[in-house]
Amino acid sequence: MRPPRSGCAIGTLLAALALTAHAANPPAASAPAAVAASPAGDPLDELLRELAAHRRGHVAFTEVQYLAILDRPLESSGELLYEAPDRLEKHTLKPRPETLTLEHGMLSATRGGRTRTVELAAHPQLAPLIESLRATLSGDRSALEQVFSTRLEGDLAHWRLRLTPRNRETARVVKEVLISGEHAKLQTVEIFQTDGDHSLLTLGPELP
Amino acid sequence: MTRSGWTGTGVFAVLAVLAALVAAHATYTADLSAFLPRAPTADQRLLTEELRAGLASRLMMVAVEGADATTRATVAAELARRLRADPAFVEVNDGDLEELAPTADFLLEHRYLLSDAVTTGHFSAAGLHSAIADTLDLLTSPEGLLVKRFFTRDPTGETFHILDELDGPRIATVDGVWSSRDGRRALLIAETRAAGSDTDGQERAAAAIRSSFASAVAALPRAHAPLALRLSGAGVFAVTSRALIKAQVLRLSTLSAVLIAALLLVAYRSPTALFLTFVPVASGALAGVAAVALGFGVVHGITLGFGVTLIGEAVDYAIYLFIQTQWQQSAWPTIRLGMLTSVCGFAALVPSGFPGLAQLGLYSIAGLVAAALVTRFVLPQWRPRLLHTRDFAAFGATLGRALAGLQRGRIALVGVALAAALVLLANRNALFSRELTDLSPVPLADQELDARLRADLGAPDARYLVVVSSSDTAATLASAEAIALRLRDLIAARVIGGFESPTRYLPSPATQRARQASLPARAELALRLREALRGLPVSASRLEPFLDDVEAARNAPVLTAHDLAGTPFGSAVDALLTVSEGTATAFMPLTSPDGADLTSGAVAEVRAAIAQAPQPPGARASARMLDLKAEADDLYTHYLRQAVSLSLAGLGAILILLIVSRSPARALRIVTPLALAVLTVAAGLTAAGQRLGILHIVGMLLIVAVGSNYALFFDRLAQERHREMSRTLASLAVANLATVIGFGVLAFSSVPVLAALGATTAPGALLALVFSALLAPRAAFDS
Repeated sequence: MRPPRSGCAIGTLLAALALTAHAANPPAASAPAAVAASPAGDPLDELLRELAAHRRGHVAFTEVQYLAILDRPLESSGELLYEAPDRLEKHTLKPRPETLTLEHGMLSATRGGRTRTVELAAHPQLAPLIESLRATLSGDRSALEQVFSTRLEGDLAHWRLRLTPRNRETARVVKEVLISGEHAKLQTVEIFQTDGDHSLLTLGPELP
Repeated sequence: MTRSGWTGTGVFAVLAVLAALVAAHATYTADLSAFLPRAPTADQRLLTEELRAGLASRLMMVAVEGADATTRATVAAELARRLRADPAFVEVNDGDLEELAPTADFLLEHRYLLSDAVTTGHFSAAGLHSAIADTLDLLTSPEGLLVKRFFTRDPTGETFHILDELDGPRIATVDGVWSSRDGRRALLIAETRAAGSDTDGQERAAAAIRSSFASAVAALPRAHAPLALRLSGAGVFAVTSRALIKAQVLRLSTLSAVLIAALLLVAYRSPTALFLTFVPVASGALAGVAAVALGFGVVHGITLGFGVTLIGEAVDYAIYLFIQTQWQQSAWPTIRLGMLTSVCGFAALVPSGFPGLAQLGLYSIAGLVAAALVTRFVLPQWRPRLLHTRDFAAFGATLGRALAGLQRGRIALVGVALAAALVLLANRNALFSRELTDLSPVPLADQELDARLRADLGAPDARYLVVVSSSDTAATLASAEAIALRLRDLIAARVIGGFESPTRYLPSPATQRARQASLPARAELALRLREALRGLPVSASRLEPFLDDVEAARNAPVLTAHDLAGTPFGSAVDALLTVSEGTATAFMPLTSPDGADLTSGAVAEVRAAIAQAPQPPGARASARMLDLKAEADDLYTHYLRQAVSLSLAGLGAILILLIVSRSPARALRIVTPLALAVLTVAAGLTAAGQRLGILHIVGMLLIVAVGSNYALFFDRLAQERHREMSRTLASLAVANLATVIGFGVLAFSSVPVLAALGATTAPGALLALVFSALLAPRAAFDS
């Protein structure tokens, strides 16, 4: 009796909202080609190998979001938990508790006692925000390069990974993701959106 | 030919032309629901109406299988694109997000009328503060990215709230199109413009999907593994059933006609006699169709299938005419009584509320009367003076001696009766089928495919349904809202898992006006907003668009179903709210908390909640809860019971007729072998694991109808002195063989109703003859 399409899941319609919102923005110019297919000894391979060796991580974070519509940046803080290869939890403790969990490609958000779940693959706009971090942490080069063109700057002691969306849908929203770190330790994740808004996630010391 | 012969032929010709005209202009259908009962209760009428024409009947589920996921997705997207351009479809959905964009605009536009968060408190300074603070929280999460662009228009997050409330079953997506859970099929849904009961329209729509699929596959740029299209849905079932019934009726009628013709050719050794034998059969079939067309306005394909059964019985009349030589004196009176007996039996079916049974009854009566009259008044005039047919006297004499011998062992029939009774007694609790779906000609594999696609698309067959109706849409919606409030409590108490309601997509006008009334005027809102933003990182100057939108919403006209047209919201309302003949009906499907059936306690709680829901002032709305499966099965059981009691009434009428025209003792003698044949067949079917359904019951009635001719002939043989025993016996044997062939062919049909009829009547007719012979008075076989 119930027509299937009336059960439009929230994620689906949200994504539709985003599409409408960004339809006016032309897709970002196609990103420069990825670093040439790498022979052995490629620095990105080396970095990802080091990252992949770390199977688990638990750190404190602070995040600052700069949104044009707001008078001042929004700050939040909490803990990040990572378990190889595809479990990522972001527990925001301040200013209000919120938990984001990525597991097997499903993203759940728990806020105010309610949990909402969306399938990441179905939402190309959401993907870079989470997949960039997950794929980098797990050292999964093919997953990374499926979504982004990559450019590695600096050396292993002080590196900076520049990720540019390949996908047209993603490029409507996200201009660039910048991840920096020292060896297998990530320090910052910066996300630049096409509308000029950006966010800075700073990862703190390892927690027990 | 004599003067009276010319008269008979003339009347026959005129009637035949008239019947042919009626038959040619009749409407034919194979829609199973047209064969289904005219429901006795309002709830059941609603159920059959929904089966027939509801939106559910217009949805076609389409699956693309084979090759790899990307190829499937490409083909599905291209198929959807082509179908969207086809006027045969109202809507095509494949999960493509671009297609949903208009909905997002629509929601944003009408959010203050659609959001149930809109209350006076929500727009107080404190309410605004907390709503905006919540939205700011959302902004920092990944989901916030998606609603950020609307922040200055919708800082209280109404659009997000509406979507959040709608969160339904998830359909998996692969490469931007819907996919089955196991990832092996790409899926889409097409809503046809043609109603589910318009089988021609459904057939055209299905053909359009097939040809678009072929074009989409042909347009693929690269070589690929083979792709297959799977279609399902009520309309698709109707099309398949009709094609199946059509093919079967044609094939089975042809096959049994050919077999019977071969039999008769061997028996008569005269093509002329063979041709003449089929004249009453054809006349009967024509008369039957014309009678049904006149009586019901529409002829069901399955009724035509019974044409085969008419061959089985009507062919007998001519056989008796050609084989027995004392036709006028003694054969005709016997046939006339036999025919009247059959008419009595079938007449009992005509008042049935089950159109299928009533059509069958009328068809058989008209057909048998016409066949008998043609045999009596037309055929003898057409019969050449010198018709050379085989003389059956010798064959009949042998048969007579054999039967006389067999009669000595007839005490064994007591054993047969006892054994049959024992089988029936042992299975007494599982004798009858109780599922309406047993009538469906749709193959099991297709039903399973349908169930799988439904599960993948999150479109469960709604079993529990709250139905609210009143004389006007506003009152129906208001009443549904009041019930929805109660149902929410039941969700919280885990009595039910959830429910759907048209008011989620289209709130009642009263509710929309109340929401408008809770929106403050622009100047007042600006004041409250300034206060609300204290301590938040947003300045009021940025939220001018919010003030504009609220002011516009205050003065906007109330949304109607018309405004929703063309959006998924509109389709949802179409599915859940129907307005016809001055009645607006809302459907609210319920789900159980754990996916299992609701307990009877839960059903009672829902019924109590509905009864307690306050009535909206003004119009009276009535609300009730239906368990569709229980209703459907009740309906079926009701008609099964009716078929049994009508058949018994028919048998009663036959018995009275026989008692009046013969004597109680002779009537008993005639009826006993027939009853024994029915008993034995019922036991045989039960022992073979079949559950008896309506068509088995009809088959038993046919056993009695056909068998009464045999029993009456044996009765006559025992009574009359100047008789030709051997030729009569021979004609009975040939007639019986023809009947068994006619029904035997039917038993191999893949349409369950036809197969049930054949499997009952073919063995039953044979047994009726044998038992009648064995139980006939010994005098019957004295030469």
